[in-house]
Amino acid sequence: MAESTQLPDVPEAVAAPKSRRSLQLVWLIPLVAALVGGWLAVKAIMDKGPVITIAFATAEGLETGKTKIKYKDVDMGLVTGVALAPDTSHVVVTAELVKDARRYLVEDTRFWVVRPRVSGGTVTGIGTLLSGSYIGMDIGLSKTPKEKFVGLEIPPIVNTGEPGRTFVLRGDNAGSLDVGSPLYFRRLKAGQIVSYDLAKDGRGILMKVFVNAPYDKFVNDNTRFWHASGIDVTLNSSGAIIDTQSAVSILIGGLAFETPAESGDLPQAAENAEFRLFANRGEALRNPETDVMKLALVFDESVRGLSPGAEIDFRGVAVGTVTQIRPHVDVAGSHFKIRVKADFFPRRMRSKDTGKVMSNDQRRALLSGMIARGLRAQLRTGNLLTGQLYVALDFFPGAARPKPKPAERMDDDDLPEIPAVPSSLVQLQETLAAIAAKVQKFPLEQVGADLQTTLKGATRLIEHIDSDLAPELRATLTEVRKAVESADQALKPNSPLSQDARDAMRELARAAAAFRMLADYLERHPEALISGKREDPKETNK
Amino acid sequence: MSRAVTAAQLGLLHCHVCSQLSRAPKGAHEVRCSRCGAALHFRKPASVQRSWALLVAAMILYVPANVLPMMKTSSLFGSQSDTIMSGVVYFWTSGSWYLALIIFFASIMVPLLKMMALALLLVSVQRRSRWQPEQRARLYRLVEFVGRWSMLDIYVVAVIVALVQLKALATIQPGPGAAAFGAVVVLTMFAAMAFDPRLIWDTRDFPHG
Repeated sequence: MAESTQLPDVPEAVAAPKSRRSLQLVWLIPLVAALVGGWLAVKAIMDKGPVITIAFATAEGLETGKTKIKYKDVDMGLVTGVALAPDTSHVVVTAELVKDARRYLVEDTRFWVVRPRVSGGTVTGIGTLLSGSYIGMDIGLSKTPKEKFVGLEIPPIVNTGEPGRTFVLRGDNAGSLDVGSPLYFRRLKAGQIVSYDLAKDGRGILMKVFVNAPYDKFVNDNTRFWHASGIDVTLNSSGAIIDTQSAVSILIGGLAFETPAESGDLPQAAENAEFRLFANRGEALRNPETDVMKLALVFDESVRGLSPGAEIDFRGVAVGTVTQIRPHVDVAGSHFKIRVKADFFPRRMRSKDTGKVMSNDQRRALLSGMIARGLRAQLRTGNLLTGQLYVALDFFPGAARPKPKPAERMDDDDLPEIPAVPSSLVQLQETLAAIAAKVQKFPLEQVGADLQTTLKGATRLIEHIDSDLAPELRATLTEVRKAVESADQALKPNSPLSQDARDAMRELARAAAAFRMLADYLERHPEALISGKREDPKETNK
Repeated sequence: MSRAVTAAQLGLLHCHVCSQLSRAPKGAHEVRCSRCGAALHFRKPASVQRSWALLVAAMILYVPANVLPMMKTSSLFGSQSDTIMSGVVYFWTSGSWYLALIIFFASIMVPLLKMMALALLLVSVQRRSRWQPEQRARLYRLVEFVGRWSMLDIYVVAVIVALVQLKALATIQPGPGAAAFGAVVVLTMFAAMAFDPRLIWDTRDFPHG
């Protein structure tokens, strides 16, 4: 410090009053920073929503950190992970949802991947062409919370809570229909196909349709659904009828339904009620069969030519169809019978008290009464070319008394059974067989032997005739010829006999003329008989 | 070091405003320049404390700066928010590893190293360490020099946000991470400024506070 004196006169600084606080204001800055940071951290933790997993078949279009979950286009969350399931059969998508979404994660909440899709005449998800796929969400109504979901492969057409009802249609094939294909009611779009699936037994398809609210009340148990795909052209005596629902349905197919007027007062069909899906409108309305009675027909003959779908006909009216044909062996009696299952449509037969639906038991009682009176099934040829058979039901009075034994059950399905009478062909066969049997019974060999002896006798006889009779006969014949020749001689024109005969005849003619003159004279002069003939001048002159 | 003579050792004060040299009066804590009246002090007042405060604030904000999105891009193709690290990861995975390295060093490592360097300086000064003062002085110069370059990220975001405003087609908005990151850079710069490098050399002779 001593060195300071060496410096030229350095003025002394002025002392200032002590005003400094010991704690610097600058510490407010880290405080603020800490507050902001802490607030952000708290907010981040508070905002952390529930984490769910969704299983999908593939992760197509799904990206970690980018793919969003949206409900009605509102962001509900973000995919935070896409991983393969342990068994590699599907992918598991982990997603973090917004905080408020917890109460929407219930049992029937559905998730699906929204991708561009062209179906049912509508194009959806076009936005995802550019923005990439996102996961759609439909909030369910259940109250049970859930965290592990299985995603839908096909987006649901109908969101939960949309007014209307779902019905199930059972058809033979899906045709050109797809999810979203329209459903028409009186040519108005009344709903759409929600999903379709192969029936569990593989026989046909099950299609779920959703009918929107004002239209669903027109669906009752008697409603008919049919394929309205394309154009239906009918040619009949009144000309060509072209039937179609709409231009859209021509292109992409669709369904239509109609409720026959007569059944309009039936109660509305229940949710998820099952209906048959007909191929076209005509078939749908022609088949008023919602009421099906299952029958079994028992045949004792070949059913070749009878196939499932064959008609059951009552005096020319189709009243049912064959559904199944199966031979049954009766082990005890070691004989076979063919049991044909059939659907019988009792509604096709009107009774006086129509409209009253009979119970199954009543129908059975009625049927067994009819069988007692001779109702029988018979196979008949429907088409001579193809040999297709149909089953005819009719009363055969001859068969009226069935065997009293209570027709042993061949199956335990407890279907009412209608016995069969042999078909006319079989009857013919039987007759022929009977004739053949009779023919067979005929003792042909014996007859043959007898015939042989007889023939031998005949031969002997002929030989005898030849040797003994023939010479005699020849002599006789010679005699006969001689007689004839002499007769011939006698009858010749200039033979004495004929001369004499001719003279005699002339004399006879003269005698007849004399007699005529006498008769004539006597007629004019009857007195001559007494007086004798008088000389008549005229006569004399003559 | 004690052989080197400092103004403070001689009891002399230098006015930053009028450059007049003054002698410190005995017993007085707060002094003023006799000529211009500016406050005079041997070392920056409360340098270590202020530096620490700013550094702590920067450290706190460094966390949201890296965790929160820097930039939100929304376009027809969807919207996306990126943090600094996601950008690094993106460049790394897409093959531009050199860009990834640049961003990683400029935006993540440099602020971190700067804060660590400042912390090291402050601790060493507080403990009056005599360890490698020349190296520490060099470190301080490096910290001061590097300071402004860390703002590069913020400049890029600011420019892009201003340029890419195509309304419906694409917009880019700065995220909260950008603010935090900017705050980190600014706070570390202030912390470096608040630090008085002379303290490195005042080992134990001079009281500071």
